[in-house]
Amino acid sequence: MKKTFALALALAATASGAAHAEDTLKKIKDGGSVTMGVRESSGALSYTLGDGKYVGYHVEICQHVLADVQKQLGLAKLEIKYQPVTSQNRIPLVQNGTVDIECGSTTNNLTRQKDVAFAVTTFVEEVRIAVKANSGITSIGQLNGKSVATTTGTTSVQTLRKHERATGVDFKEVFGKDHADSFLLLESGRADAFVMDGAILAGNIAKSKNPADYKLVGEVLSVEPIAIMMRKDDPAFKKAVDDSIKAMMKSGEIAKTWHKWFEQPIPPANTKVGMPPNDNTKAAWANPNDKPMEDYAKK
Amino acid sequence: MANWDWQVFCKNTIDGEVIPRCLGSGGDISYLDWMLSAWGWTLSVALLALVVALLLGSLMGILRTVPHKGLVLLGNAWTELFRNIPLLVQVFLWYHVLPALVPVLKGLPSFVLVVFALGFFTSARIAEQVKAGIQSLPKGQRYAGLAMGFTLPQTYRYVLLPMAFRIVIPPLTSESMNIIKNSAVAFAVSIAELTMFAMQAQEETSRGIEIYLAVSGLYFISAFTINRIALAIEHRVQVPGMIGGSK
Repeated sequence: MKKTFALALALAATASGAAHAEDTLKKIKDGGSVTMGVRESSGALSYTLGDGKYVGYHVEICQHVLADVQKQLGLAKLEIKYQPVTSQNRIPLVQNGTVDIECGSTTNNLTRQKDVAFAVTTFVEEVRIAVKANSGITSIGQLNGKSVATTTGTTSVQTLRKHERATGVDFKEVFGKDHADSFLLLESGRADAFVMDGAILAGNIAKSKNPADYKLVGEVLSVEPIAIMMRKDDPAFKKAVDDSIKAMMKSGEIAKTWHKWFEQPIPPANTKVGMPPNDNTKAAWANPNDKPMEDYAKK
Repeated sequence: MANWDWQVFCKNTIDGEVIPRCLGSGGDISYLDWMLSAWGWTLSVALLALVVALLLGSLMGILRTVPHKGLVLLGNAWTELFRNIPLLVQVFLWYHVLPALVPVLKGLPSFVLVVFALGFFTSARIAEQVKAGIQSLPKGQRYAGLAMGFTLPQTYRYVLLPMAFRIVIPPLTSESMNIIKNSAVAFAVSIAELTMFAMQAQEETSRGIEIYLAVSGLYFISAFTINRIALAIEHRVQVPGMIGGSK
């Protein structure tokens, strides 16, 4: 046990050294291992089954990418280490070399591009409005004077604030402490709408007592490209990752992976998210790109 | 550790541009504005809850020492009910469960509900301390008061409580400081107080360390001010020769 610990320390030391060399491919080849950053609970994108097992749409894509990297480097064996990260520590951990490739649910935006690099966009998230099916609400304009729920600590809070400012619509905002709590606000009638990422809304509606009671309505409030993240200024590694993902997009394998995680029952509870890919996501697969969120807003 | 960015507090919460002079105007709000308003919410929740807690806690503490079984039972039941359920659970009961049972409560803003939740929770702890303060007095004091011809309420008012309250000022000070810190649970029911500000602003600005440091500082200042005020009161009301009265 002690030996492993010492080894881990030594590895960490080499890792932080290699971070400055900024050559992830060489680091992977020399060490025979790679560290993947994963999330404990990011919907079907990246989550844990417990016991150190991590799965999800982005995790599977990354495993595929790393298999390609292994082939490219001609390694007989490549050990993949999984490192759980949070919204707060994911960027520092990629920067300091603890994590080589982050496969969670990170939005690609200009602020973050100053610190890290993103692979081609694999999923385009749309911020939507969920309401009760019988509420008669069909657009954000009808929410004037109504209570709108969203979750503390998410970008949706800012999106809502910007919309309020831009359109002069006046909502009464209520903040849930997590997504389940926000959904309860909608369910119990304390809020008339729940504004959040479409995948999260779809997941919560699917898990509710009576999914037919709720629906997603209205315009897309914000579009956020979600991508796999890696260190900045390492063009060789970025190219290897991008090429592998682009090949998956071309062969249609990425659509199959999506189908597996978002339209089929998934572990551990064997429930379905039930969300077909949206048009923006399909467009990102058809024309692979790593445009930041700001470019989507201009359209 | 050298890359601090304290300018984050001067940023506009809408577009992230730095506002000159840090405070927004004409509908623009900087993170500093937001934090100060959040501090206001924290203090409002905490101080109103403290008023509720002191009133109810004193009442229940007194009831637990009167020579009447029914009232003692009421005081004991109150104390055990509110101190044996976790605070966060109580907040959720007030917010989600009670309005479902009593529809009138639906109309109340969550601010009022959280003030009651926090006030009742703390009142149980204050009741315990007030009871202990009264019981620490020699029995003879009560008898002396009654023998003077005072009614029971008069005995409490003029003989027992003036001494009991002086004795329990130190634990009440801790409780008053706790209520400032405990008010952080209000974020869970959508009160825009400091903890909610910290969670939201660090996500929006990616400057978590600066935000959390500033928020911790404000909590410290708030609790420490309460501490100093309580100390001043303690010195002001002390009676020479009594417990805590020697100097």
